[in-house]
Amino acid sequence: MNNIIVYCEIENGKVADVSLELLTKGRELADTLGCKLEALAIGYNLQGIEKELAKYGADTVWMADGEELAPYRTLPHCSIICGLFTEEKPQIALFGASSVGRDLAPRVSSTLHSGLTADCTSLVIGDHKDNKSGTEYKNLLYQIRPAFGGNIIATIINPDHRPQMATVREGVMKKEEAKTPGKGEIKVVDYKKYLKDTDLAVKIIDRQIEERKINVKGASIIVSGGYGVGSKENFKLLYELAEVLGAEVGASRAAVDAGFAEHERQIGQTGVTVRPKLYIACGISGQIQHTAGMDQSSMVISINTDPNAPINKIADYAITGDLLEVIPKMIKYYKANSK
Amino acid sequence: MKKTLKIVVLAKQVPDTRNVGKDAMKADGTVNRAALPAIFNPEDLNALEQALILKDLCPGSTVQILTMGPPRAADIIRDAMFRGADGGILLTDRKFAGSDTLATSYALSRALLKLSPDIIIAGRQAIDGDTAQVGPQVAEKLGLPQVTYAEEIVKIDDNEIVIKRRLERGVEVVSSPLPMVMTVNASAPECRPQHAKRVMKYKHARTTSELQAAQNDYLNALCNEKEYLNIQEWSVADVDADDQQLGLLGSPTKVKTIENVVFQAKEAKKYTNADEDINNLMVELIASHTLG
Repeated sequence: MNNIIVYCEIENGKVADVSLELLTKGRELADTLGCKLEALAIGYNLQGIEKELAKYGADTVWMADGEELAPYRTLPHCSIICGLFTEEKPQIALFGASSVGRDLAPRVSSTLHSGLTADCTSLVIGDHKDNKSGTEYKNLLYQIRPAFGGNIIATIINPDHRPQMATVREGVMKKEEAKTPGKGEIKVVDYKKYLKDTDLAVKIIDRQIEERKINVKGASIIVSGGYGVGSKENFKLLYELAEVLGAEVGASRAAVDAGFAEHERQIGQTGVTVRPKLYIACGISGQIQHTAGMDQSSMVISINTDPNAPINKIADYAITGDLLEVIPKMIKYYKANSK
Repeated sequence: MKKTLKIVVLAKQVPDTRNVGKDAMKADGTVNRAALPAIFNPEDLNALEQALILKDLCPGSTVQILTMGPPRAADIIRDAMFRGADGGILLTDRKFAGSDTLATSYALSRALLKLSPDIIIAGRQAIDGDTAQVGPQVAEKLGLPQVTYAEEIVKIDDNEIVIKRRLERGVEVVSSPLPMVMTVNASAPECRPQHAKRVMKYKHARTTSELQAAQNDYLNALCNEKEYLNIQEWSVADVDADDQQLGLLGSPTKVKTIENVVFQAKEAKKYTNADEDINNLMVELIASHTLG
């Protein structure tokens, strides 16, 4: 009771990275609160999955295993979660901000009237005093996220409703095996009692799941372009530089919205979060919604015509100039010096 | 022959956070909302297009816009009418202020109960909050199935809709019974533009409060005469909503603190685009094993 539950996404018998990242974070929060960390796995043929979940700190693994539960569908998963949460009363519930978690968590929060904060970039335990009523709250979950297009950072709390629910994007939290693994004790969820007939009304007719080909997240060097690159044509220069440096090409939301680059390349609050060894920001002004996804890069080089661009405040090297001139020179002098 | 559908599109007027200019922050560090243009939330336009496609497929169907917001949000209803919507409802009341996504979904669901549509279509998310919560929460409040991340309507029958979803790692085709809620991705087709004839027909469409504010006899007479120029305005009382579930009171999530973003100052090494500078930079990066 009153533990932390992480909803774990499972595709083809494999736990999604985002779920393992949430378990890592959940372990830290559970240690702070002195409660248990529990994983919830809903799917089919789940035997053995508890071993992986225990490695990342899960003390308990709730398992709802049935043929109708995979692939993921909103309504049956939602009913099972709401049924279990009503009985177990977790204080915190975490979901990946993936196409599954962002479909599921809002529906769960609406059913339980519990409140949900989307796309958190940080989760911290802290106290709160309500200034109006004077009520003091201990050990709330601070759900921290950029808002209003990233111009502000908001700390959201759910003082009076449980569970406190949050979604977090893949790559935002670190994935790390727990120092002491959890017990991974299996508790079978008698899920059929939670399902309604209408829960199976939506049917999956066809499904083509591809492994991601563009891998911005895994790259150690990223050449990233913003709206300032100007065109899809100009983006080719970034691919040339990336080719020479062995890098992957990323993009800001503005560049993706303008059609300069594919959505899979988007870095920032609404894209992927990256921590490369080197991040080369080309024509990126540096709005917080972008920097939230890259400010943990070990080194940042910015190329911008505006010497006062916000990106320069977090850059290690700021090159003031037109990227159409700078990038070819970088290619030239890299080749000249690298032999 | 397919049946005629009653379609409601959920739309939101949002500040254009994608074009935040230098004047977007006031000197005291707060957001200057006045400097941000108010626009039709982009993915809600994708949603409107899906509704209009359905209307084309099933002649005789109606498309209504439902939006919650301040009186000026009537602008997006007019915009939608210029593009092909039949009309719209503005849900507006001071009691809605401060609503989080759950309270918003509750308010919208109350209005939707009055409209009882066959299909409710919304954009996946709004650019001022990026939460993607209202679609699924409205579906839950109404006890309807939901299909999120929709990209294309593959088929529509009397009692069933088949939809292609665009997910992070692939596509999925699903069927759902009607009525249902779908949320539409930016990867779906863009909305058709405003149509000149429709602009002529609907440009004088007004809400009651707009008519009162304008005090223009000609407009009053026109809207009196032509039913289709009336944009309906609904208050909390009109949708029979429970005050306890609205605004700050009805919102489980509370904003504890707001911090305006100020970048931590860190000295960047400055270079120009001179050959010598770029050469030195490359030498330095290679020497530090950052490159190569």
